[in-house]
Parts: sequence; C-alpha cells; structure tokens
Amino acid sequence: MKGRGNNMAESFKANWVYTDIVKDHFMNPRNIWKQGEDFVADGEGEVGSLACGDQMKIGIQVKDDKIVDLRWLTYGCASAIASTSAMSELAKGMTIQEAYKLTPAAVTEALGGLPDYKFHCSVLGDKALRAAIDDYLKKNNRENNLKSSVAQLLCECNNVTDERIEELIDTDQVTNLDELRDITHYGTQCGKCKKKVSDYFYEMMHIHGKTVTTPAKKDAEA
Amino acid sequence: MMENRFVYMDNNATTQMAPEVWDAMVEVKDLYGNASSMHSVGREAAAVVAKGREQLASLINCDPGEIFFTSGATESNNTVLNIARLLIDKGSERNRIITTSIEHPATTETVKFLQDRNYKIDVIPVDESGMIKMDELKKALGPDVLLVSVMTGNNETGTIQPIEEISKLAHECGALMHSDATQAIGKIEVNFRDWNLDYLSLSGHKFYGPKGIGVLAKKHKAPFFPFIHGGHQEGGYRPGTYNTMGICGIGKAAELAKKNLQEEHDKLWAMREKLRKGLLETIPGAVVNGNQEHCLPGTLDMSFPSAEGESILLYLDMEGIEVSTGSACATGSLEPSYVLLAGGLDIELAHGSVRFSLGRYNTMEDVDYVIEKLPPIIERIRSMSTRPFVG
Repeated sequence: MKGRGNNMAESFKANWVYTDIVKDHFMNPRNIWKQGEDFVADGEGEVGSLACGDQMKIGIQVKDDKIVDLRWLTYGCASAIASTSAMSELAKGMTIQEAYKLTPAAVTEALGGLPDYKFHCSVLGDKALRAAIDDYLKKNNRENNLKSSVAQLLCECNNVTDERIEELIDTDQVTNLDELRDITHYGTQCGKCKKKVSDYFYEMMHIHGKTVTTPAKKDAEA
Repeated sequence: MMENRFVYMDNNATTQMAPEVWDAMVEVKDLYGNASSMHSVGREAAAVVAKGREQLASLINCDPGEIFFTSGATESNNTVLNIARLLIDKGSERNRIITTSIEHPATTETVKFLQDRNYKIDVIPVDESGMIKMDELKKALGPDVLLVSVMTGNNETGTIQPIEEISKLAHECGALMHSDATQAIGKIEVNFRDWNLDYLSLSGHKFYGPKGIGVLAKKHKAPFFPFIHGGHQEGGYRPGTYNTMGICGIGKAAELAKKNLQEEHDKLWAMREKLRKGLLETIPGAVVNGNQEHCLPGTLDMSFPSAEGESILLYLDMEGIEVSTGSACATGSLEPSYVLLAGGLDIELAHGSVRFSLGRYNTMEDVDYVIEKLPPIIERIRSMSTRPFVG
C-alpha cells in the first residue's frame, strides 16, 4: 500500500493523539510490576473494574512513612498507562501523607495535559495509590485519618463529602440518585450541588462497576 | 524481521480514493457549470451527472431514475426515516418502524430521535454471531408496520444479513423495506431489484470514491419526501447544486467496483483468512467476533483477553499499522461497542476488540507484517495487565 501524504503540506501533518510526554510514558512505562519480580509490597491497592475498561493495581514499599519504591499494573488505555507511569515517578520519595494528596490534576500536569474526555482515565492511578496507603496503614494497625483529610465537601448545606458518596456506592447502599438523596439529603436545600453530585455519582458507579437502577416510584403523597 | 511499513487496515472507516477515480475527477475539473443550467457549460456538467447516475444504477441493478445523490449514507438513512415519519404524521394506518440493535449510528440515533417523540419503534435483537433473530422479526411484523430498515453488512463485525429474505417478509406484510448497504458495496453483490428493496443507502468513500457524496436509491413506486428543502434538483427530492466532481468520482468508483467485484472479493477474503488464522495461531486466547460464514470479505473483528483495545490500537499505530477498536476508551464514551454487546459479547472482550478492515490496496505482505507485529504487542500489554492472561 502507498504511504501517506508524500506531497502533503506541512500544515496538515498530524500530531500524535497525546502529548510527547504521554507518548514517552506509554512507550516506556516506568515501575511496571513485572511478573516473577521479587517485589514485596507493604501495602496494595486495586481499583476499577474490567467492565468499566480500566483497572489499576499498585503496590508500595514504605520506610519511615516514605514511599521508597512502588510497582503497578493496569488493564487500561494509553492515558491510564501513561498517567499511572507518571504518577509512580511523582509518588516515589513522597511521604504517605504527601502521596495521599496527589491529585489527578497534578498527574495530568506532569504529562503536559490530557484530552478532556481522557481525564477520567487518570483518576484511577491516584485512587489505587490511596488504596495502597490505606492497606499499608491497616496492615500496621495504624489509625487512618488521611481519608477524611482529603475528603471534599460536595454538598455544603448538608455536609455530604465525596468520600461518603463513594462509601455508599461501594457498600451497595445506594444504586441511584434518589436513594443517595434519601440517605444524605444532598441538594435539598440550596440545590447548587446537584450537578456536581450527580456527575461524581455516575463516575463512581462506573469506576466501581455498579449498575444504576431505576428509582422505585413512590405513591403520591396524600 | 520485516522492514517497517505503513499498513492501512481501517477500510471500513474510510478508503483511500482510487487513482482512477482521482484521474476521472481531474478530467472534469474545468466543467464548472451548474448542471441545472440550460447553456452549454451547464449541459456538460449535466452529462457528467447523468453518467454517474448510470454507473451507480448499473452497480446496484436499478433504473438510473431510481438513483438520488446525497451527501452520504447518513443523509440517505435520515431521509428514509423522515419519509416514514411524515407518512405517519399524515395519518398512515401503518405507524410502526422495525430496525435492529446493530445498525449504524446514522440509523440508531435517528430512530432514538423518533422514539423520543413517541413514534413506535421495534428494535430486533441479534444472535451471538450478529445475525438478526428472524423469529423475533417475524413476531414483530404485522399490518401496522410501515418500514423495515436492516443494514446489509455490519461495519464492525462484517456480519451479512439475509436482506433478500427480510425484504420478502417485510413486503408480505405490506411494509416498505430499506437497507443501509454502505459497508457491503464493492465487497459483495448488492442487488436493489432482485432484493426488491424500496430504499437503499450508500456512501462513496467506503469503496474508493470521494467523501461527501452518497446515494439514496428509491424504487419508482416508493413514497418520497425531501428531507431538506430548496431547488428542483433530483426532481425536487434532493435540492442543492449538483456536486459534479463528487458524482463523477462516485460514478467511477462504482464502475471499478462492478468490474472487479468477484476478483476483489476473493482477494480480500484470502487476506482476511490468512490474517485470522495467523493471529489465532500466534496469540493465545484470541477470539473472532461475528458470523464467520456470512461475513464481508475484508472485515475481521477480534478480541484479545487481558488487553485493552485503545492500547492495542496505539501500539499498532507506532508500528505503522492503522486499525480501529470497540473499546470505550477510543470513542470518548464510557461504554464499549454496542454492536459487540448486542451480540452478547462479554464486556471485557468488547473493550479488548480490534477491527481489521482490509481493502483493495492491502497486500499479503501487509498481512504478514501485522501477524509479526501484533503478538509481541499483546504480550507486552498483558505483561502489565492487572489480569495477567492465563492461557
């Protein structure tokens, strides 16, 4: 078959779909957990599901509350591979407290940006990292106050955090927005948080591989 | 190790224009006249349009007067569904539209649009090979059905539907029959008259013609309403100044398709089968999607467990191999291919699906190159997968 665009004007030459940094991490991912490698993790975290098309597993080695080494595996797209690779470089050498606060935005910045619709793929890496830190603290019977330290308030009127919503989803206490509202009363006062909560709810349902149900119809109130 | 090469295997997305098509278009480049004008420059352009119409009619076996030029199959599909809508609005006793779960978005999205406006739609499911469930179709057919719309060959799996048989059933209950034959044109014989179709859609760029030009074939007797309004072109049914160069190009593409149909079919099938066998032999756990007996000759859809499709696509791209995937990640949505899921494919396998679509300009060396390059890519992706592949 003929090659492409031999006579093509320079102005039509396409960039790669992602930035050069993303491409580099995608082609040469750092800190992959190689099969058969002698790496004993002090803490392990796994998030996502194959159904959602993205799954991430991270193992960390911790010394004096510092992440001295880490490894990861993923079932995911180029953005997931690149963002976890970049995150693994950022997290190495951080204290667990610092690492816990690592955000997808920081990882995306280190990659020189991701397309908007790909941002979703970069949230799993830092979630898996936090899960690994949680696991490490649990294994060492230590109190974990990091979780609440990074929780974000989504509904200010009724004090509903992202952490609380995720917990309700993970433990199957809510499967649709009506149930979430009945339990947390989000959005029932000023209503400003409705879109934020709804976006976050669907994102987490997806990441946790849960199925959204149709709310049961309530009898008209007398 | 083969030398690096560029291998375009995404011909179901679009094809490169045949050099013969380009030459034909360049030949008419100075015929700038409006084909609707009465003066000589206009009449020259009109002759180009007339020739294109005959070439298309000859390819799909219909009368040249049954060919209506559109901007592409998306417009053609929209036009057909709009005809059904207007007939229903005018009070037709038949008010139900039947389609399938694996149609192109040009149909499924239009159908959803109608459904949201309370038009009655039946979506017939497919079996695990992507074939329409005929018993479900028969159950759905009845005296209130206005239109049956089923694609000829599927763009993802390549599965070919028994259009002639479906058309017979549709007509037996008095319904109109439409088929979106976009992917089938130039690959298998498509016969408007023998299949007794009322409407057929196709696009030029899927068979080595230019982009932005397509056809809606409409049986003389079948109802017609314009989808857009304007001038008197195409009998007033499809207004807009004639796209002379585009029509010249799609006409030439049709002529080439007709001339080489059997030869091209056999060549595509030979390459496709070599690729299928080669990848099944070298990649443990690989599965082939879609019906393998009734299949477009150049289409091969495969899934690779423990490997995600977008990663496969981009690693292949690095090697100069261009394919597409049913993975959600590549589309920007959160759901993988609805076509593969409709056939009951496991969601993980849908995320890990890759479509190879071969075309006229592929060679056996291209196939060898893919068989050499893909297995190490899958192995590499699997080696960093949370679910290492256990064969």
